[in-house]
Amino acid sequence: MPNLIRDRKLVDDDTWTHLDDEQPVPASGDVTVSWQRWQAEADTLRNRDGRLGVRLDGDVPVEELAGLTELPLIALHFPAFKDGRCYSHARLLRSRHGYAGEIRAIGDVLRDQLAYMERCGINAFEIREDRSADEALQAFDEFSVDYQGRSERPFPLRLRRS
Amino acid sequence: MYQYDQYDQQLVDQRVAQYRDQTRRYLAGELSEDEFRPLRLQNGLYIQRHAPMLRVSIPYGLLSSAQLRVLAHIARTYDKGYGHFTTRQNIQYNWPPLETVPDILADLATVEMHAIQTSGNCIRNVTSDQFAGIAEDEVEDPRPYCELIRQWATLHPEFAYLPRKFKIAVTGSERDRAATQVHDIGLQLQRTADGELGFRVLVGGGLGRTPIIGEVVREFLPERELLGYLEAILRVYNLLGRRDNMYKARIKILVKAMGIDAFASAVEKEWQHTRQDPALQLEDADIAGFKKHFPAPAYRTDVDTAGADRLLAGNADFQRWYRRNTVSHQQPGYRAVVVSLKAKDRAPGDATDAQMEAVAELAERYSFGEARVTHQQNLVLADVAIDTLEALWHELDQHGLATPNVGTLSDMICCPGLDFCSLANAGSIDIAADINQRFDDLDYIYDLGELRVNLSGCMNGCGHHTVGHIGILGVDKKGEEFYQITLGGSSSNDATLGDRLGPAVSKDRVVDTMESIIHAYTDLREGEESFLETYRRVGMKPFKERAYA
Ligand code: SF4
Repeated sequence: MPNLIRDRKLVDDDTWTHLDDEQPVPASGDVTVSWQRWQAEADTLRNRDGRLGVRLDGDVPVEELAGLTELPLIALHFPAFKDGRCYSHARLLRSRHGYAGEIRAIGDVLRDQLAYMERCGINAFEIREDRSADEALQAFDEFSVDYQGRSERPFPLRLRRS
Repeated sequence: MYQYDQYDQQLVDQRVAQYRDQTRRYLAGELSEDEFRPLRLQNGLYIQRHAPMLRVSIPYGLLSSAQLRVLAHIARTYDKGYGHFTTRQNIQYNWPPLETVPDILADLATVEMHAIQTSGNCIRNVTSDQFAGIAEDEVEDPRPYCELIRQWATLHPEFAYLPRKFKIAVTGSERDRAATQVHDIGLQLQRTADGELGFRVLVGGGLGRTPIIGEVVREFLPERELLGYLEAILRVYNLLGRRDNMYKARIKILVKAMGIDAFASAVEKEWQHTRQDPALQLEDADIAGFKKHFPAPAYRTDVDTAGADRLLAGNADFQRWYRRNTVSHQQPGYRAVVVSLKAKDRAPGDATDAQMEAVAELAERYSFGEARVTHQQNLVLADVAIDTLEALWHELDQHGLATPNVGTLSDMICCPGLDFCSLANAGSIDIAADINQRFDDLDYIYDLGELRVNLSGCMNGCGHHTVGHIGILGVDKKGEEFYQITLGGSSSNDATLGDRLGPAVSKDRVVDTMESIIHAYTDLREGEESFLETYRRVGMKPFKERAYA
């Protein structure tokens, strides 16, 4: 069973590989690298055959997001599901920087946080290996209303109904 | 008060269904303890010393009679027949079995209530002044803004996993009855010289292990900018607040570490963006729409305003109660009545199911079907015509709800302590009972004037001991219950943290020590000086000498 959800669907043909900092960069194929590696090796990483994404965690200052909008994929790492910093990164990427690529949650990604993540603009989720992504899909339908708005429904209730 | 529309109702109904499924998955072993913990906390459920504890949200302390009846029903059906009102205007039940919580939440949803975000590392229930809308010193009614904040904060997707809990309080009066200076964010409604309405914004106050008085982050925030500015503060905190040490994770630690100026400029910078966000902008029409939810009730115009004067000439018991437990009102002929939950023989802030039913009914008959919860752990019937006060007093008295002690030594703030709370070092309810037993002469208590005695069972400070005129904190000394006493604290406009009296005293010495302190005060006071004023004038030394003599 795949453990990736993208746009509320299970994905079993994901082309992306997450490269460790020690792993050599393959000449082709879609890879993500850490923020540190991306900064150190940006030029060489660009000159290859295949797409490039970058993995961020909550330590990366949000001021850096503006320089990432050309990338096709930004992965946000949740070291523990209780670390909520990257919700802000996701929200700013979508709302302030107009980022239209894939934002993928990785790490301790569990069903009960998906709806919040999605409302912040994350559209792909690598569900933790020991959990069923299929079951996690149910998380998206738990609420049909909210007060803050989200991408497809930009205005909060309070304005829509007055 | 605010009435749900179909969207609000849908949201709480869906929340119940979601939590029912989460509980099912937990009981089936599909969710680990660690994974379930924040989910149950954000629905108000703690695991306590004897059983789970459920904290139900009472937004800014407002309750309808129908809601009170459901709170009574929950106490009766799922608990042991009582509930505990808290300093943050919520109610806690100490014994509900974990499996029944989804049913309790479903019952709450039938009367537009929930337990969303009453604990956990998220934005908690917004609190306010129990005299909102009726206080004579009011600049503006804070309730519409509280409701705006409630909606903004409810299931906010970005701020559900903050570094630590986050509490907001709003006051609209000159006199701060909402303890805004000891909240993560305190909002004080202000009007400028040319009539513009807005908020003074304080940040980084709080009690607990590191008590700190909040600092002003913005002197004046126009009202329509409220949500954008709150969002900016929360975002800065979410990103920069410490997550490596739960004792250093509150926003107050971040503000101290950065310094208020650097923190303020980080917020201002973020706000330059958030204030452009159409989802956060408030139009005049939005604010007006929220204000419509809080109309003045249909006050009678035929109230005999001299009615109370006549009574005061007569019954002495009524007089005492009138003086202590009723409060002046914007509307001529009306007073607000504080329903004391500080009867001698009950834990401070506790009410039985029968008492809640009684208040529900009395609210219907005397006060337009609404009641309020106070920061001081009492209830309020806010709109009582003075020619009905005596009848109300009789009825309250029958239910043990007319103890004439509001604002006095026996109107203590007290946390659940060792009897219920798994974090406690020492008992607090039993100390309150001992104090009540020793100081049982009402006339003596009245003579002491305004005196706030606050008790916490551990340094987390749920009983606000640091801001009590006299604060009593339970500590553990080699497995024994000891108590650290502080003097001179206040959470009002002149907010101050209390100073330590000296070494902690053993349990059997607490009340004697209190008595020595009180005697020192009555000896030292000049004229009509209050305890706090005397303390501020003479300092700790004379109190200390007497206490440890
Ligand atoms: S102050 Fe301590 S003992 Fe009292 S309720 Fe809070 S955590 Fe429990």
